[in-house]
Amino acid sequence: MIRSQRWKGAAFTVPFQLGFAFLYLLPIGYAVYQSLFLQKQSGLGLGGATTEFVGLENYQNGLTDSAFMTSILRVVLFACAQIPFMLLVSLVLALFLDAVSSKVAGRFRILLLVPYMIPGVVAALVWINLYSPEVGPLTPLGEIFGFDWNFFAPSMVWPAIGNLLTWHGIGYNMVIIYAALQGVPRELFEAARLDGASEMRIALNIKIPFVRGALVLTALLSIIQMLQIFNEPALFRNVTPQTVSDSFTPIMIIYNQAFNAGNYHYAAALSVLLALILGIASLLFYRLTSKEAD
Amino acid sequence: MALTENREEGGVRTAAVPPRGGAVRRRTRPDPASRSRGGQRFMLVGLVLASAYSLFPVYWLMIAATKDRVGLYQSNGLWFSGWHLWENIQQVFTYEDGIFLRWTANSFLYAGVGSLGGTLIALATGYGLARFDFPGRGAVFACVVGSFLIPIALLTLPLYLLFSAIGMVDTPWAMLIPCLINPFSVYLAKVYTEATIPFELLEAARLDGAGELRIFFSIVLRMMTTGGATVFLLAFVNTWNAFFLPLTVLRGEENWTLNLGLYNWSGKRLESGIDVTSLVLTGALLSIVPMAIMMVAMRRYWRTGVTLGALK
Repeated sequence: MIRSQRWKGAAFTVPFQLGFAFLYLLPIGYAVYQSLFLQKQSGLGLGGATTEFVGLENYQNGLTDSAFMTSILRVVLFACAQIPFMLLVSLVLALFLDAVSSKVAGRFRILLLVPYMIPGVVAALVWINLYSPEVGPLTPLGEIFGFDWNFFAPSMVWPAIGNLLTWHGIGYNMVIIYAALQGVPRELFEAARLDGASEMRIALNIKIPFVRGALVLTALLSIIQMLQIFNEPALFRNVTPQTVSDSFTPIMIIYNQAFNAGNYHYAAALSVLLALILGIASLLFYRLTSKEAD
Repeated sequence: MALTENREEGGVRTAAVPPRGGAVRRRTRPDPASRSRGGQRFMLVGLVLASAYSLFPVYWLMIAATKDRVGLYQSNGLWFSGWHLWENIQQVFTYEDGIFLRWTANSFLYAGVGSLGGTLIALATGYGLARFDFPGRGAVFACVVGSFLIPIALLTLPLYLLFSAIGMVDTPWAMLIPCLINPFSVYLAKVYTEATIPFELLEAARLDGAGELRIFFSIVLRMMTTGGATVFLLAFVNTWNAFFLPLTVLRGEENWTLNLGLYNWSGKRLESGIDVTSLVLTGALLSIVPMAIMMVAMRRYWRTGVTLGALK
């Protein structure tokens, strides 16, 4: 490639590079910088606030902040329950789609993708109303079967959010797993059938190992999303503020520290911490899942 | 717009992903009927149940939007009771001086203009990364992939501070500018370029004396119609669905998005004693409509986009 062409090629990426520097690198650098300071009231609050350099004090506080750590533990535990369940359902549906005729599969695929088209905020709004004892059909439905459930009670709020996330996520994950399934060489099935393998065995021993990569990817994306969950609990907080506190999830705490407590420096430190935790969690998960392959 | 015309030329897309998810391969598949009948029936039942679960909330929302206040609280949630859809829609659009219309227009503005600009930047960047070898190319690509892991809070809070320092908080710019830079779009654009734009074609154009800019605008963009449409669609959906960014950078309700407005209405139910449930539900249904139309109209593009983006 001629030298001048190379630079023209680089020029195509310049708008992105500038934007990336302004919208990604600068904010991250700024957040790290801000996290090293703390606003302190001098005197009895009469002398006005001063901003002092405190080094890693905000990080120390973050790591020992029981509300922050509890919120992380809360979403991690929840992720351990919801993500495997959602992916299992998505996998089973993808296997079903793969086994029926392509015409039937096409129709069901569209139907199953409907929730994915609905914005997260709207999805949460709709489910909150379905759960609502006043307008939702689920409470009277429960009564018919003898259940007296209250979806906004402390013990039910995570299952309620879990159902919402599962409903919203199944279609997307299914499509990705299904696409991977389509890549399995069909000759493998023929050979296995000739050897007398049942459809179940083919699914377990050929299809599922083949879509491992897609499963790892969908799991990783779900983990990243779950650690940052905000919309759903924020909307649940509108209807049941006593159950969903304002420190329910890590991002809710960060948002409140920044905008309600006005403590940007601490919020910045918490978001850097969350980024590190997210990075470590992703790496750990990736390591764990790729080790199994050996 | 080079992005939307010339749909016929999208024929090149076959190189990227078979549009119908391996339709060719399917022909060689064994006839499903040759397998056990019971197994097929079991799977169909499973799929029907899953579809019912997927559609039930949407069905309920549609029914609820046709009811008046009394019907909403007292009638059977699963069936109609009176037809008040038009009144409800009218109420949504006239409540608080028609602020809902304003939010709709804002959502279209941010998602439409932001995604269009973002797509153009992403296509140029993807093309640059995929078809040129320049120092620093690896670093740019590393930034693209690395940014997938950055939590939104880490970007949004400092961005709020930066925007407020230059007086952009609470203006449409605070939503539009972040939409212009979308690493995932760049990633998709690179993958699409690799699949659709052959090196030989670029060489031939250069031999004919075409400049690099001309090649990009009159050849590359045209051949990338399908890829570009997918990138645009996914970016549009992303912006339309955004919540944390608008919540952070938009304070005054005249600049809000639909999502933000609905969130606010849903909070009112408790706060000030007025019942706006009916408004929230009808508004929620209305906010899905543009998305549904777009998704159906561009079905082919987004399905390949979703799977391609995830599988590389």
